[in-house]
Amino acid sequence: MILISGRNLTLGYEGQPIIRNLSFSVEQGDYLCIVGENGSGKSTFVKTVLSLIEPLDGEIRYSGGLKKNEIGYLPQQSGIQRDFPSSVMEVVLSGCLNRHKRIFGYSAEEKKKACSELEKLGMSEYRKASFQELSGGQQQRVLLARALMATEKLLFLDEPVTGLDPKTSSELYEIVDSLNRNGITIMMVTHDIHPALNDAQTILHLSHNGYFFGPKEKYFLSPMGMEFMKEAGHDHS
Amino acid sequence: MIIAEILSYPFLLRALAVGLLVSVSASLLGVSLVLRRFSMIGDGLSHVGFGALGIAAFFSLSPMAVTIPVVVASAFLLLHLSSSRKLGGDSAIALLSSASLAIGVIAVSVKGVNTDLNAFLFGSILSVSKSDGWISLIVSVITLFSYIVFYHQIYVTTFDASFAKATGIKTERYTALLSLMTALVIVVGMRILGSLLISSLIIFPAAIAMKIGKTYLSVSVISALEAVVAFILGFIASYAFSLPTGASIVAVHTVFFILAMAGKALRTRLMTLQTKNSVY
Repeated sequence: MILISGRNLTLGYEGQPIIRNLSFSVEQGDYLCIVGENGSGKSTFVKTVLSLIEPLDGEIRYSGGLKKNEIGYLPQQSGIQRDFPSSVMEVVLSGCLNRHKRIFGYSAEEKKKACSELEKLGMSEYRKASFQELSGGQQQRVLLARALMATEKLLFLDEPVTGLDPKTSSELYEIVDSLNRNGITIMMVTHDIHPALNDAQTILHLSHNGYFFGPKEKYFLSPMGMEFMKEAGHDHS
Repeated sequence: MIIAEILSYPFLLRALAVGLLVSVSASLLGVSLVLRRFSMIGDGLSHVGFGALGIAAFFSLSPMAVTIPVVVASAFLLLHLSSSRKLGGDSAIALLSSASLAIGVIAVSVKGVNTDLNAFLFGSILSVSKSDGWISLIVSVITLFSYIVFYHQIYVTTFDASFAKATGIKTERYTALLSLMTALVIVVGMRILGSLLISSLIIFPAAIAMKIGKTYLSVSVISALEAVVAFILGFIASYAFSLPTGASIVAVHTVFFILAMAGKALRTRLMTLQTKNSVY
């Protein structure tokens, strides 16, 4: 079942195209890694999929029961204020505001869900902790829990390991991979070759001259994929 | 004793009630404004308000009828400029502030001695008229009500606007609401504290609360409580020692801020000592 698809898309800002003729689709249960050098249009792609900007040409379709606003989004780290006074619960609960109906406070059900999301990510003992006093990796887990509050179908992670040490990064990748194995569709923008190499099923590589979209096995045999491997120091040929 | 004395004068009672309501509204808006790095907008808007008051005096128009639309329009303009980053938000505020001050000063001086420049700059809380009192009351109640109803939406827009937007929350709407409420609170607050001191009602409580509270809810509550306590203490002090009311209130805020800072430094110091001790 396809959740998100686009055909012959032109993406860009203010009439300036950055990506042309892009076609892609994300199946339910897929693990898509989006790679590409700076300026190749990764953030434009993110913003368009999240409906923050409109495609210049073509249309993004949400199907399989996925609504536009049902994407659990983990923004780039720079977008969040690390010194914000907030408890972990306040952060996680804010994830369900898109479906929130009550005027005052959160319902018991919403609170229960927040606790269970935190538990999934091994953070339940930090429920009452202060967000700003957590480590970088713990903060990312809390933000993942918040994203899971918004949806259980599809997570979109934008460079989730920026600023994390290698051990914490691989722990985070493990969590993402286990969420994927439990049926959550993953889309992830990354500079890091490891998730693409190990966990991903599908790769979207954006570059200044064209793009690659297809299964991981084909990608690493394609000229673009081989180039990427070489740059990342995985050239064993 | 003093409190009973204050409560026995209707005009003092009115000043106290209006001042408290405006203080609490300003302190709540302040939490979001300070966290979004918009605290200078309050300062800029108060100067715009001064300019508008000067123009109203010049043309002998009703002060509120001129200041409310001008300040509200400026609030939207400033927020737009800060988010578009074409002209840096901070320089836009500085430009608008000094231009408005200049216009206000010229208008007031041309008009002559009839208008009290002092009351514009430093407020005249003890001469709050009945109609001003009502307008302040209505504005504060609307602000408090909308803040409570949209508390969670304001929180998520402040904390992480891109996440909020991506999950379908109309962040522009809440930013607009915030600027509208800020503009209105500044206009009514200016009559009480004057255009030079009103921004302190927005910034001080939030800045103090952020030194003490760790969660958004506690920061909001501490901010409102601090605003109430500082207002009452400042009001009593000004009555007891015949000091200017607005300045006394700001002085109390300043003392609280220094105490909060010292308290935080002490706490961090103790915590590092504790961890050191546990190492050995």
